[in-house]
Amino acid sequence: MMNQLLKGIAASPGLAIAKAFVLKSEEYTPVQTTVGNPELEAERFMNAVNQARAELEQIRASTEEKLGAHEAQIFEGHLLILEDPDLIDVIVDRIKTESVNAEFALYEVSQSFIDMLNQMEDELLRGRAVDIQDVTGRVMNRLRGTDSGNLSQMTEPCIIIAEDLTPSDTAQLNLQAVQGFITEIGSRTSHSAIMARSLDIPAIVGAGAGIRNIQPGTMVVMDASEGVIVVDPGVDELAGYQEKKREYDRRKSVLAQWVNRTTASKDGKLVELAANIGKLEDVQKALDNGAEGIGLFRTEFLYMGRSQLPTEDEQFNSYKYVLEKMEGKPVVIRTLDIGGDKELPYMDLPKESNPFLGQRALRLCLDRPDLFRTQLRALLRASRYGNLKIMFPMIAVLDELLEAKRILQEEKQKLAAEGVELAERIEVGMMIEVPAAAISAHVFAKEVDFFSIGTNDLIQYTMAADRMNETVSYLYQPCHPSILLLIRMVIDAAKQEGKWVGMCGEMAGDETAIPLLLGMGLYEFSMSAGSILPARELIARLSQSEWSGLAEQALTMHGQQEIQAFVQNNKKGEQ
Amino acid sequence: MITKSFTIINPTGFHVRPTKTFVQTASQFPCKVNVINKGKKVNGKSSLSMLTLGIATGDEVTLEIDGEQEAEAMEALGKLLVEVHE
Repeated sequence: MMNQLLKGIAASPGLAIAKAFVLKSEEYTPVQTTVGNPELEAERFMNAVNQARAELEQIRASTEEKLGAHEAQIFEGHLLILEDPDLIDVIVDRIKTESVNAEFALYEVSQSFIDMLNQMEDELLRGRAVDIQDVTGRVMNRLRGTDSGNLSQMTEPCIIIAEDLTPSDTAQLNLQAVQGFITEIGSRTSHSAIMARSLDIPAIVGAGAGIRNIQPGTMVVMDASEGVIVVDPGVDELAGYQEKKREYDRRKSVLAQWVNRTTASKDGKLVELAANIGKLEDVQKALDNGAEGIGLFRTEFLYMGRSQLPTEDEQFNSYKYVLEKMEGKPVVIRTLDIGGDKELPYMDLPKESNPFLGQRALRLCLDRPDLFRTQLRALLRASRYGNLKIMFPMIAVLDELLEAKRILQEEKQKLAAEGVELAERIEVGMMIEVPAAAISAHVFAKEVDFFSIGTNDLIQYTMAADRMNETVSYLYQPCHPSILLLIRMVIDAAKQEGKWVGMCGEMAGDETAIPLLLGMGLYEFSMSAGSILPARELIARLSQSEWSGLAEQALTMHGQQEIQAFVQNNKKGEQ
Repeated sequence: MITKSFTIINPTGFHVRPTKTFVQTASQFPCKVNVINKGKKVNGKSSLSMLTLGIATGDEVTLEIDGEQEAEAMEALGKLLVEVHE
């Protein structure tokens, strides 16, 4: 086939161009036979199990060496399957009582588990059927004296095309030769996809039956960041992808240099680049992208998608996990921000005609102290496992802050009386997202340790434009003078009291806004993990003192377009 | 025999890695360990059977432990169920 375009699931990003290496998987269904000596047959089965165990142990060890203990755990799980009483004992029992051949008993019993898992609703669990296939297939090969072919022996640069890759296949890939892999089935959460991301090789999974037609040796382009596969590309197309690959590789190596650096401007001003997270899985991604902290941990996920409120212990375990994982780096945890566009069916909150202006976030928490106190206790108990900073959302007037702080103080004292160990110092801050709070930031600055500006809501409330309503989306203007002036007021007010200011909205990662924010003296920029490295690279090219003057100039301008053009022009000079 | 229920908060439910730790811990105890989720009961010392329970985040899982050292087993295994393993 010539020049065909296929699509799959982008499982591990990157771009590869190489010849196809087609891996054929063999279907084998054993026939039932009766054996004369069941005791001997059971022994033959256990020998195969032991051989498979030795092989797996070797794969586990080499994976640990290559990828670390965490990835190697997959194979500890596989080794455990070989000791599973509901598998191994049941098979041995069937051989002995029914005098059947080992191959048949193994097939029947393992297939019953595979069938059960394949019927599960949970995609992750369906994916685990592959693990059983991987392990029992290995035992089957030992019983039959066959070999699945050693993937480590590939020597020419290639892209592997397969129906599916088992974890042990993936672990054994010769990375000198294998540029990437494409599978017919599988999902982003299958073990081979997870391992591809750790191995940092491009992978596309779930590409469908179309890939069966790819002939061995055909040139294949895989753009795994988009999930696009081009089979046998034309000359011009190939040249285009080669150029794209060079650019991708260059960008990647540049960014890789920034992972372990601190963030500093050209003139040596240190700032902090942090990540926004909303799930526990996001923490690893933040670390992988060089986050110097968590600037916003949204706790709503703990409350959503369930039928009752999370208990104090459940919350404690989640907070402790994030704090420990960040190893002493700052972690700003925002107390519950429910209401507005986020609802909890089980709380049966009254319908409001204007939820964004209604009883949301801290307003709700102050009305429902039971809810609020449970979360604060969980936070305080977790505090000794890292560098916790507690942040209250949606504050408009000082009384709200003082009441929240009073309740926090009460819970602190209660826990201390119960003999619970707390961190020596826990910073307390607030979000600035209501214009009233921004305008009176000087009042709040005396009462907090830090501010974090939530720009998505600050812009929505300042412009009186619903951010869900597309017809007014033109009013979402982060670089409008009104927004920049509010931000500067907040930063100046905090400086007066010696407090730091962060930002945790989209704007903090916006490459046009960053020079202005740096110039105005913002200390912490919290953004989605993927934006951190480009931001670090950008900040290193900017002079804070120069941009301080340029930001002042920008504030005298009339509109966002003018300001954006002004920033672009001055950024060019910095390169 | 003792029984107790626990709510799972691990974000990915209870899959290969947490199951591995659970089964290894369960196997160290002489008592019988049954795990019940959504009405299905399996042997807590079998990782494959544990996986077929399809334990998801937010599920309430019951442990039914019988025999020698049952209290110690309940404490150790209950803790694993409510922990975050990632």
